[in-house]
Amino acid sequence: MFPYAGARPAAPADYRPVSSSPESDEDPIVRPFMITGGRTRPLQDGLRIETLLRAAPAALSAPLRFESRRIVELCQQSMSVADLSVALRVPLGVARVIIADLITQDYLRVEEQPNELSTALIERIRDRVRAL
Amino acid sequence: MSGRYSDTRQMAPVAVKIVISGGFGVGKTTFVGAISEIEPLVTEAEMTEKSIGIDDTSAVANKTTTTVALDFGRITLDDALLLYLFGTPGQDRFAFLWDDLVDGALGAIVLVDTRRVEDCFPAIDYFEEHEIPFIIGVNTFDYALRFDLEEVRDALGVDPDVPLVECDARDRESVKRVLVALTEEVLNKRLSRERAGSAW
Repeated sequence: MFPYAGARPAAPADYRPVSSSPESDEDPIVRPFMITGGRTRPLQDGLRIETLLRAAPAALSAPLRFESRRIVELCQQSMSVADLSVALRVPLGVARVIIADLITQDYLRVEEQPNELSTALIERIRDRVRAL
Repeated sequence: MSGRYSDTRQMAPVAVKIVISGGFGVGKTTFVGAISEIEPLVTEAEMTEKSIGIDDTSAVANKTTTTVALDFGRITLDDALLLYLFGTPGQDRFAFLWDDLVDGALGAIVLVDTRRVEDCFPAIDYFEEHEIPFIIGVNTFDYALRFDLEEVRDALGVDPDVPLVECDARDRESVKRVLVALTEEVLNKRLSRERAGSAW
């Protein structure tokens, strides 16, 4: 069933649904969206998992609550939605809601991306991967 | 990713996404882990409307979430180019995540286990339907069960122009070759599209 289970014992399965029951799991069922006040839809659409975000240095001194502050700190360098989700240990959907709030409040901005990757850029990806 | 990007927006790093797909247990996690510079995992929460009847502390009292772990890898190709790998969840109940994962992807890699080729049909259907460039990585973890690539192609029923490559998901060099093969396929697709566009 898991061809590599022996080779990588620490690796997770392809997906791992966790049907939490509150008394047996440290990750209770409803917790993920509590930090968004129960909101599950981001105020801003179009935040892909790989979308890069960047915070203004001034945002560091803004009165932000824990998760938002952490995002602003991390985004002093470009960080993707997925990276932030991992760093905050929250599901992607939760990260998106908080990130979208910060964008709406002008603390974060989306790093602009080319509309279509140029041939030269794809060739650069190929050559860089080859050279890894 | 230094401070020099802070005031020149056009110098922002570019993030490129490649999707790794295939049936459950085919080696997606291993594939991503073989090349990623980070622990290959991110989670998403599935919202369901079921009432669980035990929560009285939040606004989502009549919603429950199930957490699904997704394979997630990052490769810093240079200081302005990031490559992200995302694995698609194999189970139907997480199909709602697919559009989000695949949207904007450079292309996709479909991993095939020759003992269960049918497991990758949903992925192939999806990428064909959405016109996402993809290649097929035939996992060669069990040498006793190796097939000729053309036999695998017949079993999959894919177009002759869809590249099939051998892939050992445990081996970093093999994973690199598969990723390079995908970029070549993307470039070929683009070239043939440009040719078609310039024909008159």
